Amino acid sequence: MSARVAHRLGPLAVVLVLLGAWELYARSGRVDPFVLPAPSAVASALWHDRGLLASNLAVTAEEVGLGILVALAAGFGLAVALHFSSLLRRGVYPLLVASQAVPIVIVAPLLVVWFGFGMLPKLAIIALVCFFPIVVTTLDALRAVDPDQRKLLATLDARRWQTFRWAEAPAALPAALSGAKIAVAVAVIGAVFAEYAGSSEGLGHLMLQSIPQLETARSYAAVVVLAVFAVLLFALLALAERALVPWVADRTQGARRP
Amino acid sequence: MAQDVEVAAEPREEQATGAVRLDAVRQVYAGRGRRRGRDAEVVALDGVSLTVAPGEVVAVVGPSGSGKTTLLELVCGLQRPVAGTVEADPAVLMPQRDLLLPWLSAIDNAALALRVARVDRDEARRRARPLFDRFGLHGFERARPHELSGGMRQRVAFLRTLLAGKPVLCLDEPFGALDALTRREMQDWLQDALAQERRTVLLVTHDVEEAALLADRVVVLSARPGRVVAVLPQPGARPRASTDPAVVALGARALDALRR
Repeated sequence: MSARVAHRLGPLAVVLVLLGAWELYARSGRVDPFVLPAPSAVASALWHDRGLLASNLAVTAEEVGLGILVALAAGFGLAVALHFSSLLRRGVYPLLVASQAVPIVIVAPLLVVWFGFGMLPKLAIIALVCFFPIVVTTLDALRAVDPDQRKLLATLDARRWQTFRWAEAPAALPAALSGAKIAVAVAVIGAVFAEYAGSSEGLGHLMLQSIPQLETARSYAAVVVLAVFAVLLFALLALAERALVPWVADRTQGARRP
Repeated sequence: MAQDVEVAAEPREEQATGAVRLDAVRQVYAGRGRRRGRDAEVVALDGVSLTVAPGEVVAVVGPSGSGKTTLLELVCGLQRPVAGTVEADPAVLMPQRDLLLPWLSAIDNAALALRVARVDRDEARRRARPLFDRFGLHGFERARPHELSGGMRQRVAFLRTLLAGKPVLCLDEPFGALDALTRREMQDWLQDALAQERRTVLLVTHDVEEAALLADRVVVLSARPGRVVAVLPQPGARPRASTDPAVVALGARALDALRR
């Protein structure tokens, strides 16, 4: 019983200790509040600027939500294409890996030139930042399907796409969702990059604006809002996972019970 | 259990049709160390000739690496021999592991071949259901594979094989992963099932007693490269028990042939 309470309260205690240490450090006078605001200052900025934060969150949330959808579509599509074609796998896969080494800072201005300052360049940047984990996890899982499973389906007269539909796609779904969870976490950063590159609204824009205005606490508050948003998206995907791949949860719970 | 007379009413299995003929079959795999040249190739089967008559149950026994699984894959058309000929009526494989799909219920797993053949889900289930009742799986239609015991999973895998509707069944050590007691139970179950659903069966096993119990003929393969070293007919009539003198004697002869 007490172990369970400790289990619940443990993480909370860690957060409180960290916040306390931060608060003490920020108030000790050894660091300028314009560089590092105290947690209490961030909390008060969260409250005072709640309207500003909410309206900018709405903008960023829309970018992130649509950007992830684009990334999911592109990621799954690419993974399936690479899975079916060894030619593509050899030709395109290395390019995909290389694309991840290109800093977004370099391509962002180009995207702005091409697509202007609207939604499109933001979607492109977010999708660029987060399609990669989706492709890699999905493709690996598609290829990891037991060769004996393929043989079995072959003797049941399954065609190539039927093997995909009955065995490979469902087998890859849990990994694809893991990829999507990683993508969600980085999508938020992608949105900030995108807004840095050129925008007039959104949480990234707010951060960028707040720093020269010496409103550091406000930019930290924007970070907090962004982080909470990312956690919510992540939790949403975890829920989707339970609904879409119930057999995975069933099995692990079954294993834990005895 | 064996006296389930109702079953004979299914007319399509009155006369088993599947036949298998292997003639001087040789199968070779590229070895792992490709850089070392041709020496690295592995001869799995060499000069194997074998016929299985329609409705006959033939067991293939042999030590590990004697090409038993290769033999089945050749019959199922999953491989082509480098030499010799394989003539077989449509054959379906039941692999060593049950390979049930965890995202499908037991009945949907059993009916997988029907779904692949584009039968809609309700119709596929309707056709699979009577088999569940007959073969000791009544009430487990909606269970997920992980909820089933090892023996039950093998039963579902066997039903999946039956429902593929092919005349030849290739069973690759179907009970190899089960504990001794369950294996016994499943051998009796399979004997009973085959009495009800007459098919041509090629059964690979490393258990000579299992071979002697279930087969009309036992083919003994040598260690790599696999060659036929003995073909032993089963004189005893069905249904057999593992304690029948004919079964025990055949098992002993098969073991003897393996040791030579």
